[in-house]
Amino acid sequence: MSDATGSNLSKEQLLLPAVPEWRRMMNRFLGHRGLLMGSIILGLIVVLAILAPWLAPHDPYLQNISQRMIPPVWHEKGSWEHVFGTDKLGRDYLSRLLYGARISLTIGLSAALISGLIGTTLGVLAGYFGGRVDAVISYIITTRLAMPVVLVALAMSALVGGSLQMVIILLGLLLWDRFAVVARSTTQQLRDAEFIASAKVLGASTTYILVRELLPNILSALIVVMTLEMAHAILLEATLSFLGLGVQPPMPSWGLMISEGKAYMFFKPWVIAIPGIALMVLVLAINLVGDGLRDMNAPEGRN
Amino acid sequence: MAEYALELTNLSRHFHLKNGAFKEPTLLKAVDGISLRIRPGETLGLVGESGCGKSTLAKMILGLLEPTDGDVLINDKMRGASSRLSMSRQLQPIFQDPYSSLNPRKTIEQIIRLPLQLHKIGDANSQQRAVKDICDLVGLPERLLKNYPGQLSGGQRQRVAIARALILKPNILVCDEPTSALDVSVQAQILNLLMDLKKELGLTYLFISHNLGVVEHLVDRVAVMYRGKIVEQGTREDIFQNAQHPYTQALLSSVLTPEPALGLPDVLDSSAWNQAS
Repeated sequence: MSDATGSNLSKEQLLLPAVPEWRRMMNRFLGHRGLLMGSIILGLIVVLAILAPWLAPHDPYLQNISQRMIPPVWHEKGSWEHVFGTDKLGRDYLSRLLYGARISLTIGLSAALISGLIGTTLGVLAGYFGGRVDAVISYIITTRLAMPVVLVALAMSALVGGSLQMVIILLGLLLWDRFAVVARSTTQQLRDAEFIASAKVLGASTTYILVRELLPNILSALIVVMTLEMAHAILLEATLSFLGLGVQPPMPSWGLMISEGKAYMFFKPWVIAIPGIALMVLVLAINLVGDGLRDMNAPEGRN
Repeated sequence: MAEYALELTNLSRHFHLKNGAFKEPTLLKAVDGISLRIRPGETLGLVGESGCGKSTLAKMILGLLEPTDGDVLINDKMRGASSRLSMSRQLQPIFQDPYSSLNPRKTIEQIIRLPLQLHKIGDANSQQRAVKDICDLVGLPERLLKNYPGQLSGGQRQRVAIARALILKPNILVCDEPTSALDVSVQAQILNLLMDLKKELGLTYLFISHNLGVVEHLVDRVAVMYRGKIVEQGTREDIFQNAQHPYTQALLSSVLTPEPALGLPDVLDSSAWNQAS
């Protein structure tokens, strides 16, 4: 039995146990159900996407006209040869889905990174320097917010033509607004903190102060924004591809798969249901991770 | 050796407060023509109520705010004439709020070591040794070095701030209300530490406070500030026993000291206490 008065505890036991930082983060991670579930699903999708060449049962580009529109395995006419069936050109749906995950993840991550770089730079500069710099950057942010993203993306991709690279660059240039707003307001809160003043008095350069003193303190907020924008970019890519202005056939983008199946949706609903569900699960997982990261970095429950 | 460690000549800082688009801005003279001299090894207490311009003055001395007029001379050299880097080796601040003066994302070791890294003093080994030595000096247990500021108490945090200020071996410390964010019991420890450090290292202090009770135990001379101006200046005995200016007198009468004869009314004498119980 443990002694409630603690009189039998040795001096070592009375001292606070030194729990390492990673250990505490790990406990909080495991204690957060949404974050745990989101990371497991997201991790699984990432692993499947990376291992697609080895996991895919067929070549995703191989057409076989005699094997068109085979239903998935749970359907009475389905077979294990094509687990998720085939599309109108006889291409294996599971293989296309696996390769499509690569496209979605690549676009989500790259677009979020590009926009994160743009938005964070602008936001931190505006928040730190204030005054005229802030006025100019705020004006740029407002201008950007006034532009409807889908419309601009459509017009631009219609002008320059859709491709994977174009979609990444386009979305990267369009989705930085939330980064900028969050970086600006968090920087404003920290600008006058005394640890910044102390670094200034020590003679640290402005670059050092911004990158080494300030940025680590706003990073957690930015990572949350990053997950949101990643999900946003993946959905926008699907939208553009669905409208025929994003990733071009025969690449197996999930949005493109839905678009190609839309003529059959009343008679063979699985043609759009399978990539649709995949898209939803991926976006849900990313959002769960984002929410969880926000909770983990929240000040309450943390010392 | 310089004649004065810190000299302020006619230092002023004015702010223009906006009153909306169509009205004239009002002029706020936060600091208005202050001249002060502190000899090496001396401790000057700067007292005054909240909002009288003490912190604005401190910011100008630290170079965080440009003066509207006047000069700051540190060890007989003009503040603007040499780089921040060389100034910071002579003069270091201790800030009011130890909860905001330490970067929450850095370990204590990184925080104390930062000045050495910025000034490129020594290699990794000698820097680590210097950090441990300075921790010894300010009474900070070595086991806390790997911790983050959030895991430390207010008093420990202020010790970290003092260690960071001292590691470059400056001869002047500007303490802007260094104890006002701390518990009363911890305040005394930090004040004693500052006194000991002064004796040991021969430091010069500019000690800014609104609390005369704190200042009384530390300083050699006192300057009383009111509405951006110095209204009275003198040795500790002059000010505390023979204040001339009515504002100083008012400030003194507002101090509550724990010593019975010095202000707190004696409600109960011992016989009354015995009867009551």
